[in-house]
Amino acid sequence: MAAARAQMSPDQAQPLLSVRGLNKTFGGVQALAEVSFEVRPGDILGVIGPNGSGKTTLVNAITGFIKLDSGRVSFQGRDITGWAPHKIVNRGLTRTFQVMRPYFSLPAFKNLIVPLFSNRARRTGGWRGGGRLGSRDTVAVDILEEIGFERESYVPYKVASSLPTGYLKRLELARCLALRPELIICDEVFSGLSMSEMASMVPLMEKLNLEGITLIMVEHRLRELFRLATRVLVMNFGAKIAEGTPEEVMADEQVKEAYFGSEEVYGYV
Amino acid sequence: MARHHEGMRKERLDRGIKVRSDGVYAVGSWREMAFLLAPRLVLILGLLALPLALAQAPYWQKVLSIICIYALLAIGFDFLAHFVGLVSLGGALYIGVGAYLAALLNTELGLPVWATIPLATVLGGGVCTLLLWPCLPLRGVYFAIVSLMFPLLASRIIEALDVFGGTDGVIGVAGFPGVWVEQYLLVVCLLLILFGLRRLVNEDVGLVFRGVKDNDQAVKASGINITTFKALGVFIAASLGCLGGAILAHIYNWAGISQFALDFSIIPIAATVVGGGGTLVGPVIGCLILVPISELLRDFGTLRIAVYALILMAFIVFKSEGLMSFGARKYNQSESWVEI
Repeated sequence: MAAARAQMSPDQAQPLLSVRGLNKTFGGVQALAEVSFEVRPGDILGVIGPNGSGKTTLVNAITGFIKLDSGRVSFQGRDITGWAPHKIVNRGLTRTFQVMRPYFSLPAFKNLIVPLFSNRARRTGGWRGGGRLGSRDTVAVDILEEIGFERESYVPYKVASSLPTGYLKRLELARCLALRPELIICDEVFSGLSMSEMASMVPLMEKLNLEGITLIMVEHRLRELFRLATRVLVMNFGAKIAEGTPEEVMADEQVKEAYFGSEEVYGYV
Repeated sequence: MARHHEGMRKERLDRGIKVRSDGVYAVGSWREMAFLLAPRLVLILGLLALPLALAQAPYWQKVLSIICIYALLAIGFDFLAHFVGLVSLGGALYIGVGAYLAALLNTELGLPVWATIPLATVLGGGVCTLLLWPCLPLRGVYFAIVSLMFPLLASRIIEALDVFGGTDGVIGVAGFPGVWVEQYLLVVCLLLILFGLRRLVNEDVGLVFRGVKDNDQAVKASGINITTFKALGVFIAASLGCLGGAILAHIYNWAGISQFALDFSIIPIAATVVGGGGTLVGPVIGCLILVPISELLRDFGTLRIAVYALILMAFIVFKSEGLMSFGARKYNQSESWVEI
């Protein structure tokens, strides 16, 4: 797991993503309040917080799906604040949706045709592609195989509406991989998975990170997240209340209070 | 019925050929190929033979031309509604823009028919797309309402400002060299467009269009600009309408504000409902049924619209999936009574 990270010394590396002073209100609700953080290449940043603390709003704000009230987002040193979502995606900053959004009427592998149609996929050839894109169908099945759709089974060819949650979550990741991402923001890829699905999802995320993909993981499943994350950011009421290693965050009084009132945290994590 | 089949139930099974040919086209024998080709050939040869069959009836030849023009609009409507997700009531706008463009290119610039029609098709598609561009973020009924405003607006503006011949329209537009040219130009265009679009929606780009309709957030997250694709969809649909409008202007030797009539917006929708939305062929079949019915009903005088409405309602209530979807399902199934 450490291989990708070991290549760069964290202090010197340019931040891949830099978020400064994000603010967003919906009506009178402060969904994001002065959120700032940085992600370095190869990081796995966990984002946690109670329900309604602004995690998904943060994802939407970074990826251009909602307009910000104020704040700057820059990716690979370029200011992407206010860019349209498709432009941001074409720079290699991709996201998954918490509520899975496959094309339900299409077979799983056909779901990847749309991202493979993007400019970025055409240019790069998709995940692992060597430049120009080959047959989209073939590339799609290759990508699915790599993230756990058994090629010899029927699974990659089944209609998306008939797939269980675990595969749909993978399909969300596959859409990002088709774009050969630099960074994937995963909005709760672990939620709703069975124990066995979870058991294979954690190594998959490790594998993606080892391949050089930086990850931001918005999660409620703390046990799995803390195994993966290099750093954790905690949100409450739209604001960042703590940031640090999993151990530091767990010891933080504010975090304990946000999550459990003033109860002990250890039993849950 | 049930009494005759005590202890039996009706079993419907998809024919093997359907499973084998769905998108794969691994066809094993002449019989199977004939099974697949027969419906297509019936449509192609039938449409090609219609002008000949109607040679003795000039009135019905004109009706056939109108059918084809409505069919172009209906294909465009079906494509936009079921593959791009935009319900457009702009049929009258497309026809009007195409007709006026062709008429003006012909009378003002002196361009011949073979130049005005393609030019009016492409330019008209562009003009309509630019007009509708600001409305592309709208969805569902909102886009429908706005697209309906444009033809109303256009005819009122032409009337009020007295441009393009005002209420008289543009007169003295060149006609076709002959009725056969007119008929076969329309029929061949219709067939090429029909099969071309059917191919397009099944290509990869067609999946992107369908994605825009079903799941636009996921398409955005896939790095694709949905506005571009919506505009492209509108351009395709508008061009089809403008082609029809341009041909209409040359058939009547005239372009006028009645070519912005709401019939051009409404009948394609009715035809799509009757024929089966999302099939592209269905709307053509719908036009082949509805337009002649509307002509035959002229005997009813003022009751014509009432009878027409009843027929439409019957279709919607009893066969809401549309004739084409129903027919295709039956064609691909075998039915038999089996013991329970």
